[in-house]
Amino acid sequence: MHFHFANALVFFGFGLLLCGLMLGLGLLLRPSNPNPNKLTTYECGEPPSGSAWINFNIRFYLIALVFVIFDVELAFIYPVMAVYKDWVARGVGGVALLEIVTFVGILAVGLIYVWAKGDLAWLRRLATDTDTREGQPDARRAA
Amino acid sequence: MGCDAAQIHARLVERFGDAIGAPTGQGRDTALAVAPERIAEVARFLRDDSDLAFDCLSNLSGVDYPKLGCIQVVYHLFSYRYRHWIVLKANAQRDDPVVPTVSGIWSHADWQEREVFDLLGVRFPGHPDLRRLLMPEDWPGHPLRKDFVEPEEYHGISTSRESLLKA
Amino acid sequence: MSLINTAPEMALTAKVDDLLNWTRKSSLWYMMFGLACCAIEMMQTGGPRADLERFGMAPRATPRVSDVIIVSGTLTLKMALRTKLLYDQMPEPKYAISMGSCANCGGLFQLAYSVCDGVDKVIPVDVYVPGCPPRPEALTEGLLKLQEKIQSERWLVRKTEPVGVRA
Repeated sequence: MHFHFANALVFFGFGLLLCGLMLGLGLLLRPSNPNPNKLTTYECGEPPSGSAWINFNIRFYLIALVFVIFDVELAFIYPVMAVYKDWVARGVGGVALLEIVTFVGILAVGLIYVWAKGDLAWLRRLATDTDTREGQPDARRAA
Repeated sequence: MGCDAAQIHARLVERFGDAIGAPTGQGRDTALAVAPERIAEVARFLRDDSDLAFDCLSNLSGVDYPKLGCIQVVYHLFSYRYRHWIVLKANAQRDDPVVPTVSGIWSHADWQEREVFDLLGVRFPGHPDLRRLLMPEDWPGHPLRKDFVEPEEYHGISTSRESLLKA
Repeated sequence: MSLINTAPEMALTAKVDDLLNWTRKSSLWYMMFGLACCAIEMMQTGGPRADLERFGMAPRATPRVSDVIIVSGTLTLKMALRTKLLYDQMPEPKYAISMGSCANCGGLFQLAYSVCDGVDKVIPVDVYVPGCPPRPEALTEGLLKLQEKIQSERWLVRKTEPVGVRA
Protein backbone atom coordinates (compact mmCIF):
# COMPACT_ATOMS: atom_id res chain seq x y z
CA MET A 1 0.00 0.00 0.00
CA HIS A 2 1.31 3.44 -0.80
CA PHE A 3 -0.47 5.31 1.96
CA HIS A 4 -1.99 4.48 5.26
CA PHE A 5 -5.65 4.88 5.98
CA ALA A 6 -4.85 5.41 9.64
CA ASN A 7 -3.03 8.63 8.78
CA ALA A 8 -6.05 9.98 7.00
CA LEU A 9 -8.30 8.95 9.88
CA VAL A 10 -6.16 10.69 12.49
CA PHE A 11 -5.98 13.82 10.33
CA PHE A 12 -9.76 13.80 9.96
CA GLY A 13 -10.25 13.27 13.65
CA PHE A 14 -7.98 16.19 14.54
CA GLY A 15 -9.84 18.38 12.11
CA LEU A 16 -13.13 17.53 13.74
CA LEU A 17 -11.69 18.08 17.20
CA LEU A 18 -10.19 21.46 16.41
CA CYS A 19 -13.28 22.81 14.66
CA GLY A 20 -15.45 21.49 17.43
CA LEU A 21 -13.23 23.12 20.03
CA MET A 22 -13.35 26.53 18.37
CA LEU A 23 -17.06 26.47 17.77
CA GLY A 24 -17.72 25.03 21.18
CA LEU A 25 -15.72 27.74 22.91
CA GLY A 26 -17.75 30.26 21.00
CA LEU A 27 -20.96 28.59 22.14
CA LEU A 28 -19.86 28.82 25.76
CA LEU A 29 -18.52 32.34 25.71
CA ARG A 30 -20.83 34.32 23.47
CA PRO A 31 -23.81 36.33 24.58
CA SER A 32 -27.10 35.46 22.97
CA ASN A 33 -29.72 38.17 22.91
CA PRO A 34 -32.04 37.64 19.98
CA ASN A 35 -34.60 40.31 19.38
CA PRO A 36 -36.99 40.78 16.46
CA ASN A 37 -35.00 43.58 14.84
CA LYS A 38 -31.77 41.64 15.02
CA LEU A 39 -33.30 38.71 13.23
CA THR A 40 -34.56 40.72 10.25
CA THR A 41 -32.81 40.30 6.94
CA TYR A 42 -30.02 42.79 6.34
CA GLU A 43 -31.01 45.19 3.60
CA CYS A 44 -28.80 48.24 4.25
CA GLY A 45 -31.13 49.57 6.92
CA GLU A 46 -34.31 49.49 4.89
CA PRO A 47 -37.06 47.28 6.25
CA PRO A 48 -36.91 44.19 4.06
CA SER A 49 -39.82 43.67 1.68
CA GLY A 50 -40.73 40.36 0.13
CA SER A 51 -38.99 37.03 0.48
CA ALA A 52 -35.30 36.38 -0.09
CA TRP A 53 -36.18 33.22 -2.03
CA ILE A 54 -36.17 34.67 -5.53
CA ASN A 55 -35.79 33.06 -8.92
CA PHE A 56 -32.20 33.10 -10.10
CA ASN A 57 -31.31 33.63 -13.70
CA ILE A 58 -30.84 30.34 -15.52
CA ARG A 59 -27.41 31.38 -16.80
CA PHE A 60 -25.87 30.48 -13.44
CA TYR A 61 -27.12 26.93 -13.83
CA LEU A 62 -25.82 26.65 -17.40
CA ILE A 63 -22.34 27.85 -16.53
CA ALA A 64 -22.21 25.58 -13.48
CA LEU A 65 -23.31 22.60 -15.55
CA VAL A 66 -20.67 23.14 -18.19
CA PHE A 67 -18.06 23.61 -15.49
CA VAL A 68 -19.00 20.36 -13.73
CA ILE A 69 -18.76 18.39 -16.95
CA PHE A 70 -15.29 19.64 -17.75
CA ASP A 71 -14.13 19.33 -14.19
CA VAL A 72 -15.09 15.66 -14.19
CA GLU A 73 -13.26 15.29 -17.48
CA LEU A 74 -10.18 16.73 -15.81
CA ALA A 75 -10.57 14.29 -12.94
CA PHE A 76 -10.64 11.43 -15.41
CA ILE A 77 -7.47 12.64 -17.12
CA TYR A 78 -5.45 12.54 -13.87
CA PRO A 79 -5.27 8.70 -13.56
CA VAL A 80 -4.17 8.50 -17.19
CA MET A 81 -1.31 10.86 -16.40
CA ALA A 82 -0.35 8.80 -13.39
CA VAL A 83 0.18 5.60 -15.39
CA TYR A 84 1.29 7.16 -18.68
CA LYS A 85 4.99 6.65 -18.07
CA ASP A 86 4.45 2.92 -17.51
CA TRP A 87 2.54 2.61 -20.75
CA VAL A 88 5.24 4.42 -22.69
CA ALA A 89 7.86 2.15 -21.13
CA ARG A 90 5.87 -0.86 -22.34
CA GLY A 91 5.73 0.55 -25.84
CA VAL A 92 2.00 1.27 -26.08
CA GLY A 93 2.24 5.03 -25.41
CA GLY A 94 0.70 5.81 -28.78
CA VAL A 95 -2.46 3.88 -27.93
CA ALA A 96 -2.83 5.71 -24.63
CA LEU A 97 -2.35 9.07 -26.34
CA LEU A 98 -4.89 8.24 -28.99
CA GLU A 99 -7.44 7.16 -26.41
CA ILE A 100 -7.08 10.22 -24.23
CA VAL A 101 -7.12 12.56 -27.22
CA THR A 102 -10.33 10.91 -28.44
CA PHE A 103 -11.86 11.37 -25.01
CA VAL A 104 -10.94 15.07 -24.86
CA GLY A 105 -11.99 15.52 -28.49
CA ILE A 106 -15.50 14.18 -27.93
CA LEU A 107 -16.00 16.57 -25.03
CA ALA A 108 -14.48 19.44 -27.02
CA VAL A 109 -17.12 18.89 -29.71
CA GLY A 110 -19.70 19.29 -26.98
CA LEU A 111 -18.04 22.50 -25.83
CA ILE A 112 -18.00 23.93 -29.34
CA TYR A 113 -21.70 23.09 -29.71
CA VAL A 114 -22.59 24.87 -26.45
CA TRP A 115 -20.45 27.86 -27.43
CA ALA A 116 -21.91 28.17 -30.92
CA LYS A 117 -25.46 27.94 -29.58
CA GLY A 118 -24.74 30.96 -27.39
CA ASP A 119 -25.39 29.21 -24.11
CA LEU A 120 -22.14 30.51 -22.63
CA ALA A 121 -23.05 34.15 -23.25
CA TRP A 122 -23.64 35.96 -19.98
CA LEU A 123 -25.82 38.73 -21.31
CA ARG A 124 -28.58 38.21 -23.79
CA ARG A 125 -30.92 40.71 -25.38
CA LEU A 126 -34.31 40.37 -26.89
CA ALA A 127 -35.04 42.77 -29.71
CA THR A 128 -37.85 44.99 -28.42
CA ASP A 129 -39.81 47.91 -29.80
CA THR A 130 -38.42 50.35 -27.24
CA ASP A 131 -35.08 50.33 -29.03
CA THR A 132 -36.22 52.94 -31.54
CA ARG A 133 -35.82 56.60 -30.78
CA GLU A 134 -39.16 57.99 -31.81
CA GLY A 135 -40.29 61.29 -30.49
CA GLN A 136 -36.90 62.18 -29.11
CA PRO A 137 -35.05 65.13 -30.57
CA ASP A 138 -32.01 64.31 -32.66
CA ALA A 139 -28.72 64.91 -30.99
CA ARG A 140 -27.50 68.44 -31.68
CA ARG A 141 -23.88 69.24 -32.34
CA ALA A 142 -22.42 71.97 -30.16
CA ALA A 143 -21.76 75.20 -32.01
CA MET B 1 -23.93 84.29 -32.54
CA GLY B 2 -26.72 84.10 -30.03
CA CYS B 3 -29.78 86.15 -29.33
CA ASP B 4 -29.77 88.50 -26.41
CA ALA B 5 -32.61 88.68 -23.93
CA ALA B 6 -34.49 91.41 -25.79
CA GLN B 7 -34.57 89.39 -29.00
CA ILE B 8 -35.70 86.27 -27.17
CA HIS B 9 -38.42 88.29 -25.49
CA ALA B 10 -39.50 89.68 -28.84
CA ARG B 11 -39.74 86.22 -30.40
CA LEU B 12 -41.76 84.94 -27.47
CA VAL B 13 -44.13 87.87 -27.45
CA GLU B 14 -44.78 87.55 -31.18
CA ARG B 15 -45.67 83.92 -30.65
CA PHE B 16 -47.44 83.94 -27.28
CA GLY B 17 -48.51 87.52 -26.78
CA ASP B 18 -49.96 88.19 -23.36
CA ALA B 19 -48.60 85.15 -21.67
CA ILE B 20 -45.08 86.69 -21.51
CA GLY B 21 -44.21 89.57 -19.20
CA ALA B 22 -41.61 92.29 -19.62
CA PRO B 23 -37.96 91.42 -19.03
CA THR B 24 -36.62 92.16 -15.55
CA GLY B 25 -33.06 92.04 -14.30
CA GLN B 26 -29.95 92.28 -16.45
CA GLY B 27 -27.24 90.26 -18.09
CA ARG B 28 -27.55 86.55 -17.53
CA ASP B 29 -30.28 87.05 -14.94
CA THR B 30 -32.75 88.64 -17.35
CA ALA B 31 -36.01 86.99 -16.44
CA LEU B 32 -39.31 86.77 -18.26
CA ALA B 33 -42.54 86.17 -16.40
CA VAL B 34 -44.63 83.43 -18.00
CA ALA B 35 -48.23 82.55 -17.21
CA PRO B 36 -47.97 79.19 -15.43
CA GLU B 37 -50.67 77.39 -17.42
CA ARG B 38 -48.77 78.00 -20.67
CA ILE B 39 -45.27 77.23 -19.44
CA ALA B 40 -45.18 73.85 -21.16
CA GLU B 41 -45.96 75.30 -24.59
CA VAL B 42 -43.47 78.11 -24.10
CA ALA B 43 -40.80 75.63 -23.05
CA ARG B 44 -41.43 73.39 -26.02
CA PHE B 45 -41.23 76.34 -28.41
CA LEU B 46 -37.99 77.52 -26.81
CA ARG B 47 -36.43 74.11 -27.24
CA ASP B 48 -37.66 73.31 -30.72
CA ASP B 49 -37.27 76.68 -32.43
CA SER B 50 -34.18 76.60 -34.62
CA ASP B 51 -33.03 80.14 -33.77
CA LEU B 52 -33.45 79.77 -30.02
CA ALA B 53 -32.61 76.06 -29.46
CA PHE B 54 -32.63 75.99 -25.67
CA ASP B 55 -31.63 72.37 -25.33
CA CYS B 56 -30.46 72.54 -21.75
CA LEU B 57 -32.49 73.16 -18.61
CA SER B 58 -29.78 74.30 -16.23
CA ASN B 59 -31.91 74.59 -13.17
CA LEU B 60 -35.49 74.44 -12.00
CA SER B 61 -36.28 75.74 -8.55
CA GLY B 62 -39.06 77.32 -6.53
CA VAL B 63 -39.36 80.43 -4.37
CA ASP B 64 -42.08 81.11 -1.82
CA TYR B 65 -43.41 84.68 -1.78
CA PRO B 66 -46.14 84.77 0.88
CA LYS B 67 -46.55 88.55 0.60
CA LEU B 68 -47.24 88.30 -3.11
CA GLY B 69 -49.42 85.25 -2.50
CA CYS B 70 -47.56 83.08 -4.95
CA ILE B 71 -44.97 80.35 -5.26
CA GLN B 72 -42.66 81.11 -8.13
CA VAL B 73 -41.09 78.35 -10.19
CA VAL B 74 -37.89 79.55 -11.86
CA TYR B 75 -36.41 77.95 -14.99
CA HIS B 76 -32.84 78.65 -16.10
CA LEU B 77 -32.37 77.70 -19.74
CA PHE B 78 -29.18 77.50 -21.78
CA SER B 79 -28.50 76.78 -25.42
CA TYR B 80 -25.40 74.76 -26.31
CA ARG B 81 -25.76 75.68 -29.96
CA TYR B 82 -25.93 79.46 -29.61
CA ARG B 83 -24.55 79.89 -26.06
CA HIS B 84 -27.32 82.14 -24.82
CA TRP B 85 -29.23 82.11 -21.54
CA ILE B 86 -32.70 83.02 -20.40
CA VAL B 87 -34.63 82.77 -17.17
CA LEU B 88 -38.36 82.07 -16.99
CA LYS B 89 -40.46 82.69 -13.91
CA ALA B 90 -43.91 81.20 -13.48
CA ASN B 91 -45.99 82.44 -10.54
CA ALA B 92 -48.40 79.86 -9.22
CA GLN B 93 -51.02 80.85 -6.64
CA ARG B 94 -50.02 79.89 -3.16
CA ASP B 95 -53.00 77.95 -1.84
CA ASP B 96 -52.98 75.30 -4.55
CA PRO B 97 -49.92 75.73 -6.72
CA VAL B 98 -50.17 73.86 -10.02
CA VAL B 99 -47.69 74.22 -12.88
CA PRO B 100 -47.69 71.90 -15.93
CA THR B 101 -44.65 69.72 -16.08
CA VAL B 102 -41.74 70.24 -18.46
CA SER B 103 -40.21 66.83 -17.77
CA GLY B 104 -41.37 65.67 -21.20
CA ILE B 105 -39.29 68.42 -22.78
CA TRP B 106 -36.11 68.24 -20.72
CA SER B 107 -35.68 65.04 -18.73
CA HIS B 108 -33.56 66.91 -16.19
CA ALA B 109 -36.78 68.46 -14.94
CA ASP B 110 -37.92 65.11 -13.57
CA TRP B 111 -36.07 65.19 -10.25
CA GLN B 112 -35.95 68.97 -10.06
CA GLU B 113 -39.75 69.07 -10.11
CA ARG B 114 -39.84 66.32 -7.51
CA GLU B 115 -37.68 68.49 -5.29
CA VAL B 116 -39.96 71.52 -5.77
CA PHE B 117 -42.96 69.34 -4.95
CA ASP B 118 -41.24 67.93 -1.88
CA LEU B 119 -40.06 71.21 -0.40
CA LEU B 120 -42.72 73.67 -1.57
CA GLY B 121 -45.76 71.61 -2.42
CA VAL B 122 -46.15 72.60 -6.07
CA ARG B 123 -47.98 69.95 -8.08
CA PHE B 124 -46.87 69.21 -11.64
CA PRO B 125 -49.65 67.44 -13.55
CA GLY B 126 -48.27 65.16 -16.23
CA HIS B 127 -45.15 64.31 -14.22
CA PRO B 128 -44.35 60.58 -14.47
CA ASP B 129 -43.44 60.01 -10.82
CA LEU B 130 -44.29 62.91 -8.51
CA ARG B 131 -43.28 61.92 -4.99
CA ARG B 132 -40.98 63.20 -2.29
CA LEU B 133 -37.30 63.24 -3.09
CA LEU B 134 -35.32 64.55 -0.10
CA MET B 135 -37.63 64.34 2.90
CA PRO B 136 -38.93 60.99 4.14
CA GLU B 137 -42.07 59.69 2.41
CA ASP B 138 -44.28 60.28 5.46
CA TRP B 139 -43.03 63.75 6.38
CA PRO B 140 -45.81 66.22 7.20
CA GLY B 141 -45.73 69.54 5.39
CA HIS B 142 -43.40 71.23 2.95
CA PRO B 143 -40.28 72.53 4.71
CA LEU B 144 -39.21 75.44 2.50
CA ARG B 145 -42.53 77.27 2.80
CA LYS B 146 -42.24 80.31 4.98
CA ASP B 147 -45.10 79.17 7.21
CA PHE B 148 -43.68 75.71 7.82
CA VAL B 149 -43.76 74.61 11.43
CA GLU B 150 -41.30 71.93 12.46
CA PRO B 151 -43.04 68.89 13.93
CA GLU B 152 -42.33 68.07 17.58
CA GLU B 153 -41.16 64.58 16.85
CA TYR B 154 -40.75 62.14 14.02
CA HIS B 155 -41.31 58.44 14.66
CA GLY B 156 -40.57 58.89 18.33
CA ILE B 157 -37.39 60.93 17.84
CA SER B 158 -37.78 64.44 19.25
CA THR B 159 -36.58 67.19 16.96
CA SER B 160 -35.09 69.50 19.54
CA ARG B 161 -32.23 69.13 21.94
CA GLU B 162 -31.68 70.81 25.25
CA SER B 163 -28.52 72.86 25.20
CA LEU B 164 -25.63 71.14 26.93
CA LEU B 165 -24.33 74.51 28.06
CA LYS B 166 -27.21 75.07 30.46
CA ALA B 167 -26.20 74.65 34.08
CA MET C 1 -25.46 26.90 27.43
CA SER C 2 -23.57 30.13 27.84
CA LEU C 3 -21.00 30.62 30.57
CA ILE C 4 -21.60 34.33 30.69
CA ASN C 5 -22.37 35.81 34.08
CA THR C 6 -21.90 32.49 35.87
CA ALA C 7 -18.50 32.55 37.51
CA PRO C 8 -17.72 33.86 41.00
CA GLU C 9 -15.21 36.67 41.40
CA MET C 10 -11.85 34.99 41.80
CA ALA C 11 -8.33 35.70 40.58
CA LEU C 12 -8.59 32.96 37.98
CA THR C 13 -11.93 33.97 36.54
CA ALA C 14 -10.95 37.63 36.52
CA LYS C 15 -7.82 36.72 34.56
CA VAL C 16 -9.87 34.74 32.08
CA ASP C 17 -12.16 37.72 31.69
CA ASP C 18 -9.13 39.94 31.14
CA LEU C 19 -7.86 37.55 28.49
CA LEU C 20 -11.17 37.51 26.66
CA ASN C 21 -11.49 41.28 26.87
CA TRP C 22 -7.98 41.65 25.51
CA THR C 23 -8.86 39.49 22.53
CA ARG C 24 -12.02 41.51 21.92
CA LYS C 25 -10.38 44.89 22.16
CA SER C 26 -7.45 43.91 19.96
CA SER C 27 -9.67 43.03 17.06
CA LEU C 28 -12.39 45.64 16.92
CA TRP C 29 -13.90 45.51 13.47
CA TYR C 30 -15.64 48.77 12.89
CA MET C 31 -18.65 49.29 10.67
CA MET C 32 -18.01 52.31 8.53
CA PHE C 33 -21.07 54.45 8.90
CA GLY C 34 -19.75 57.50 7.14
CA LEU C 35 -22.53 59.95 6.49
CA ALA C 36 -20.80 63.27 5.78
CA CYS C 37 -17.46 65.03 6.15
CA CYS C 38 -16.39 63.04 9.20
CA ALA C 39 -16.38 60.02 6.94
CA ILE C 40 -13.36 61.44 5.13
CA GLU C 41 -11.48 61.74 8.39
CA MET C 42 -12.52 58.22 9.32
CA MET C 43 -11.19 56.98 6.00
CA GLN C 44 -7.93 58.81 6.64
CA THR C 45 -7.72 57.31 10.10
CA GLY C 46 -7.85 53.93 8.45
CA GLY C 47 -5.33 55.11 5.88
CA PRO C 48 -1.56 54.76 5.95
CA ARG C 49 -0.55 57.76 8.06
CA ALA C 50 -2.84 57.36 11.08
CA ASP C 51 -3.15 53.65 10.72
CA LEU C 52 -6.00 51.87 12.47
CA GLU C 53 -5.00 48.48 11.17
CA ARG C 54 -2.13 48.38 13.66
CA PHE C 55 -4.73 48.13 16.43
CA GLY C 56 -6.39 45.24 14.68
CA MET C 57 -9.29 47.34 13.52
CA ALA C 58 -10.59 46.51 10.08
CA PRO C 59 -13.32 48.38 8.24
CA ARG C 60 -16.47 46.43 7.49
CA ALA C 61 -19.48 47.36 5.46
CA THR C 62 -22.09 45.18 7.08
CA PRO C 63 -23.31 45.24 10.68
CA ARG C 64 -23.39 41.45 10.89
CA VAL C 65 -19.64 41.06 11.27
CA SER C 66 -18.71 44.29 13.05
CA ASP C 67 -18.03 45.03 16.71
CA VAL C 68 -18.28 48.79 16.75
CA ILE C 69 -20.25 51.24 14.62
CA ILE C 70 -18.57 54.58 14.04
CA VAL C 71 -21.31 57.07 13.21
CA SER C 72 -19.44 59.83 11.42
CA GLY C 73 -21.39 62.70 10.00
CA THR C 74 -24.73 64.42 10.19
CA LEU C 75 -27.61 62.12 11.01
CA THR C 76 -30.84 63.13 9.32
CA LEU C 77 -34.20 61.99 10.64
CA LYS C 78 -34.65 59.93 7.48
CA MET C 79 -31.38 58.12 8.19
CA ALA C 80 -31.95 57.82 11.93
CA LEU C 81 -34.56 55.09 11.49
CA ARG C 82 -32.17 53.06 9.36
CA THR C 83 -29.33 53.63 11.82
CA LYS C 84 -31.47 52.15 14.58
CA LEU C 85 -32.22 49.09 12.50
CA LEU C 86 -28.58 48.61 11.55
CA TYR C 87 -27.44 48.93 15.16
CA ASP C 88 -30.04 46.37 16.16
CA GLN C 89 -28.71 44.02 13.50
CA MET C 90 -25.22 44.02 14.98
CA PRO C 91 -24.52 40.95 17.10
CA GLU C 92 -23.44 41.32 20.73
CA PRO C 93 -21.01 42.47 22.09
CA LYS C 94 -21.40 45.73 20.24
CA TYR C 95 -20.30 49.30 20.85
CA ALA C 96 -21.04 52.63 19.24
CA ILE C 97 -18.81 55.61 18.70
CA SER C 98 -20.29 58.96 17.85
CA MET C 99 -17.75 60.89 15.80
CA GLY C 100 -17.92 64.60 15.22
CA SER C 101 -20.23 67.37 16.37
CA CYS C 102 -23.12 66.40 14.16
CA ALA C 103 -23.32 62.90 15.53
CA ASN C 104 -22.78 64.08 19.08
CA CYS C 105 -25.47 66.74 19.25
CA GLY C 106 -26.57 67.82 15.79
CA GLY C 107 -23.57 70.13 15.61
CA LEU C 108 -23.72 72.96 13.11
CA PHE C 109 -27.10 71.84 11.80
CA GLN C 110 -28.89 71.47 15.10
CA LEU C 111 -31.67 73.89 14.19
CA ALA C 112 -32.39 72.33 10.78
CA TYR C 113 -35.73 70.67 10.25
CA SER C 114 -34.32 67.48 8.83
CA VAL C 115 -31.46 66.83 11.25
CA CYS C 116 -31.60 64.41 14.16
CA ASP C 117 -29.81 66.15 17.00
CA GLY C 118 -27.29 63.52 17.90
CA VAL C 119 -27.11 59.83 17.26
CA ASP C 120 -27.69 59.05 20.94
CA LYS C 121 -31.36 59.77 20.32
CA VAL C 122 -31.57 56.43 18.55
CA ILE C 123 -28.69 54.25 19.75
CA PRO C 124 -26.72 54.03 23.01
CA VAL C 125 -23.29 55.57 22.52
CA ASP C 126 -20.14 54.42 24.30
CA VAL C 127 -17.62 57.07 23.26
CA TYR C 128 -18.21 60.57 21.95
CA VAL C 129 -15.39 62.00 19.87
CA PRO C 130 -15.70 65.79 19.59
CA GLY C 131 -14.45 67.76 16.62
CA CYS C 132 -15.60 69.16 13.36
CA PRO C 133 -14.21 66.98 11.98
CA PRO C 134 -12.04 65.27 14.58
CA ARG C 135 -8.50 64.73 13.41
CA PRO C 136 -7.45 61.13 12.85
CA GLU C 137 -5.46 61.32 16.06
CA ALA C 138 -8.63 62.31 17.91
CA LEU C 139 -10.60 59.40 16.51
CA THR C 140 -7.75 57.08 17.37
CA GLU C 141 -7.81 58.34 20.94
CA GLY C 142 -11.55 57.76 21.04
CA LEU C 143 -11.05 54.19 19.90
CA LEU C 144 -8.33 53.67 22.50
CA LYS C 145 -10.69 54.94 25.18
CA LEU C 146 -13.21 52.40 23.92
CA GLN C 147 -10.52 49.76 24.27
CA GLU C 148 -10.00 50.79 27.90
CA LYS C 149 -13.74 50.51 28.46
CA ILE C 150 -13.82 47.04 26.93
CA GLN C 151 -10.88 45.89 29.03
CA SER C 152 -12.70 46.76 32.21
CA GLU C 153 -15.88 44.85 31.41
CA ARG C 154 -16.91 41.68 33.16
CA TRP C 155 -18.48 38.90 31.17
CA LEU C 156 -17.81 35.53 32.81
CA VAL C 157 -17.71 36.92 36.29
CA ARG C 158 -21.12 37.37 37.80
CA LYS C 159 -22.08 41.00 37.82
CA THR C 160 -23.73 42.37 40.93
CA GLU C 161 -26.06 44.65 39.06
CA PRO C 162 -28.37 43.16 36.41
CA VAL C 163 -26.87 42.40 33.02
CA GLY C 164 -27.44 45.43 30.85
CA VAL C 165 -28.48 44.22 27.44
CA ARG C 166 -27.58 46.95 25.03
CA ALA C 167 -30.93 48.00 23.65
